[in-house]
Amino acid sequence: MDSFQETVFKLKKYWADRGCVIQEPYDIEVGAGTMSPETFLRVLGPKPWRVGYVQPSRRPADGRYGDNPNRLYKHQQLQIILKPTPKDVIEQYLGSLEAIGIDLSKHDLKLEEDNWESPTLGAWGIGWQVMLDGMEITQFTYFQQCGGIDLDLCPAEITYGLERIVSFLQGKESVYDIEWAPGVPYSEVRYFDELQLSVYNFESADVDMLWEALKRHEAEAQRLIDLYKTVEDPADKRRFPLLGAYDQVLKCSNLFNLLDARGAISVTERVGVIARVRKIAVGVAQAWVDQEPFRTMKEVA
Amino acid sequence: MLPFLLEVGAEEIPDWMIPAALEQLGKDFQALLDANKLGGRVTRTDGTGRRLVLWAEGLIERQADSEEIVSGPPKAANPNAIAGFAKKNGVSVDDLKVEATAKGEYYTFRRQVAGRATAELLAELLPELIQKLNFPKSMFWTGKGGPKFIRPIRWIVALLGETVVPFELAGVSSGSETYGHRRLGVRGPIPVTVANYETELEKHFVIVSSTARRAKIEKEVAALGSAQTDAKLLETLTFITEYPAAILGGFDASYLTLPKEVLTMVMRFHQKYFAVNAADGTLAPNFIAVMNIPDDPEGHVVRGNERVLRARFNDARFFYDVDQKRTLLDRVSDLANVTFQAKIGSYLEKTTRTVALAQELGGELAAEAAYLAKADLTTEMVKEFTDLQGIIGGLYIAAQGGKPEVAKAVYEHYKPLSMEDSIPSTATGQAVALADKIDTLRSCFAVDMIPTGSKDPFALRRAAQGVVKILVEGELTPSLQDLSAGDAKLEEFFIERVKHYFREVKGYAYDEVNAVLAVGWADLKDVALRLEAVKAVRPTPNFEPVAAAFKRIKNILTQAGTLPDGAPDASLFNEAEAGVAAAAEQAAIKDGGYPAQLERIAGLRPAIDHFFDQVLVNDPDPAVRDNRLRLLNQLINEFSSIADFSEIVTK
Repeated sequence: MDSFQETVFKLKKYWADRGCVIQEPYDIEVGAGTMSPETFLRVLGPKPWRVGYVQPSRRPADGRYGDNPNRLYKHQQLQIILKPTPKDVIEQYLGSLEAIGIDLSKHDLKLEEDNWESPTLGAWGIGWQVMLDGMEITQFTYFQQCGGIDLDLCPAEITYGLERIVSFLQGKESVYDIEWAPGVPYSEVRYFDELQLSVYNFESADVDMLWEALKRHEAEAQRLIDLYKTVEDPADKRRFPLLGAYDQVLKCSNLFNLLDARGAISVTERVGVIARVRKIAVGVAQAWVDQEPFRTMKEVA
Repeated sequence: MLPFLLEVGAEEIPDWMIPAALEQLGKDFQALLDANKLGGRVTRTDGTGRRLVLWAEGLIERQADSEEIVSGPPKAANPNAIAGFAKKNGVSVDDLKVEATAKGEYYTFRRQVAGRATAELLAELLPELIQKLNFPKSMFWTGKGGPKFIRPIRWIVALLGETVVPFELAGVSSGSETYGHRRLGVRGPIPVTVANYETELEKHFVIVSSTARRAKIEKEVAALGSAQTDAKLLETLTFITEYPAAILGGFDASYLTLPKEVLTMVMRFHQKYFAVNAADGTLAPNFIAVMNIPDDPEGHVVRGNERVLRARFNDARFFYDVDQKRTLLDRVSDLANVTFQAKIGSYLEKTTRTVALAQELGGELAAEAAYLAKADLTTEMVKEFTDLQGIIGGLYIAAQGGKPEVAKAVYEHYKPLSMEDSIPSTATGQAVALADKIDTLRSCFAVDMIPTGSKDPFALRRAAQGVVKILVEGELTPSLQDLSAGDAKLEEFFIERVKHYFREVKGYAYDEVNAVLAVGWADLKDVALRLEAVKAVRPTPNFEPVAAAFKRIKNILTQAGTLPDGAPDASLFNEAEAGVAAAAEQAAIKDGGYPAQLERIAGLRPAIDHFFDQVLVNDPDPAVRDNRLRLLNQLINEFSSIADFSEIVTK
């Protein structure tokens, strides 16, 4: 039986063998692998890109103080982006399941309609949830739009729910019983992460501070987006810190999730805050597409 | 005569879209055959999530040659015009003929058109036919501006007899090779012919026939236990599998303490399982799942599904326990933070309005139920299982020691969810359901949120339809005019729903509905009785002629403009007028029910026919004319309490 990390190694190797750059996770809090610039920004524009990375994904509202065997504040997603999509993409995906030891002739695998949409990112796609013996193990999406922009190459996004897949492989009822490394259970690696951050997210976080931080990160993103519009010199465009602006968007998104978990956003306010985050996400995406030709030119001496 | 086979191979198409796509494929291909005179007929369409398949027979190999007649200038036209016509058709004037037509003699050119090979035509037309299939939401996959389809197309089989109809679509070339089950049988392409297509695929674990898959599921499910009938789930499973097989799984009986509605919801909607009944009709601790592989000899699939279900039920138990920490009554105030609609306000405000309305419609108990009806929106269970709103509220009230009538009313207050669904079973429940829907309609109309065309985000049509259904089937007296509270647009909206209800649900003809509603719809119970009577008496021989006569009278009265006041003066009557007046007096007796009254009205026919044979209403003498108008007006007024007969469409 493979450990959690062994399964991750095998999946990474599988996709590396198929031309993916294996990246490390992005170092700012995100709610899903999609939000990493490796996906959100790289799917834009005409340049092919193949990447895979494990992204710890924070969903403050899903926290259960480490008590619930299947719900986590932070779970691990393996994110694969194939841009453009190879014709045998599903075959390749099924091969990855076989590579980690799932004999698909003895298991029930179904692709069930599940279209994905992220209002805060202005992104959506068409696809399926992949069900293995009744359990959702992967979200498979053909990206259509990101940051409100139609995508040139319609990449495939394959998002594996690693805890689910490994608890399936190891036959564990609780994710905390998963063996992360030989002899080391998941609980030892992650329990206090779940407990203390559930306490923080639901009980301790200073709501006024969170609102203030959201406002400031939002203002910083908007300032950069506005400033970019005034830049005319190609060399200045090329070095303009849109990636810095995008980091501010990610901060806002996480702060929104925290406020939401804290119960600080009424249903009425919710729509408004989502629209605010969406506005800066879309602003950065549009600027990023505009910057594309300048990024591809040789550095000006 | 050649057979034809088309298989569009795609990545998994959503199950619920497949039957409609197959129907359109069949229709469109038949239309293509007919329009191009290729002979033949579509014999069958069928498919799975990965293939849309069409069979046709009797196609000719090549279209017949034909002659096209092009009409030119008249024989007497300027020679230049004639030469021009010949030139335009690429021939000399000698090749033209002069032909006699109804309009005179004209130059014509008879062009000989050679028939085209069927394969060639199909190759040209099939890509468009496939791409024109309508799907609710289609996608790009080869890149922006590329072809769109519901999911990527990965292969195409197109065989006319033994030859491939060659075309390309989305980078896929048509051929004679299909693909089997994703993980059983061979993985590579499988060569097929029109004749062996289905049997070859079966060898590779694809049952192309949806009828056969459905039958296999039904048979195996029945063999495993007493599954709850679930036609929708059966269709889903039929189209989500290529080689279905049913398995029986179980769960710990301790979960049966959770509400059966929750357990069933998890099994049916989240897991696509059939719920199973025990011998005594209660829920059994079992489920039946349908896999997309033929068997599960080592029990992997059963164990996997049992594990998933256990996790789901644990979640549900967690939600249930958390929810019981506060009663529904305590939760009502939380509704201040739940938006009903941004422009309208919170659910707490809605609750306050609904309580007042429920009190009016159903008294104290209804008001009590209306107060609690929306509180379950704040529970974890409803946040997780949105479709159980109302139901959860009812169950929690019962579990928390509330009044059974109140619990039942809350449980049922979203009913009827469709025209097929039943209305709430108790008077209190009906009052709460009415109050809730009426309030939604009034508040939305007040801020101008009125459905237009297909746009109806708040499902107001369904709400109004529910109101109509509850009033009619609950035999309740409040009038829709009163319930509209003076909102003319809402009243208009209601009358459309009333018409829809009696036409679509009750099956009355549209003119019968119009005729009955034209004379009043304040009391829907009475509308139902009047409609029943009109429908019953309509086939009798006198009815339609009388209706036609009433229409004639109405036209005469309309054309007369301002009508003279007062009752007709009997002393001015001639014999025909006196006959109508006497017959009317007889017919005006209100004895018996509506059918008896209608039969008496139909009995006016001879007298009215005689009247129109004998008299001209527009008599030159104004006194006579006015008296006749008075008589006719009285007749119309007297006999228009059941229906406006002039609305009846007569042959």
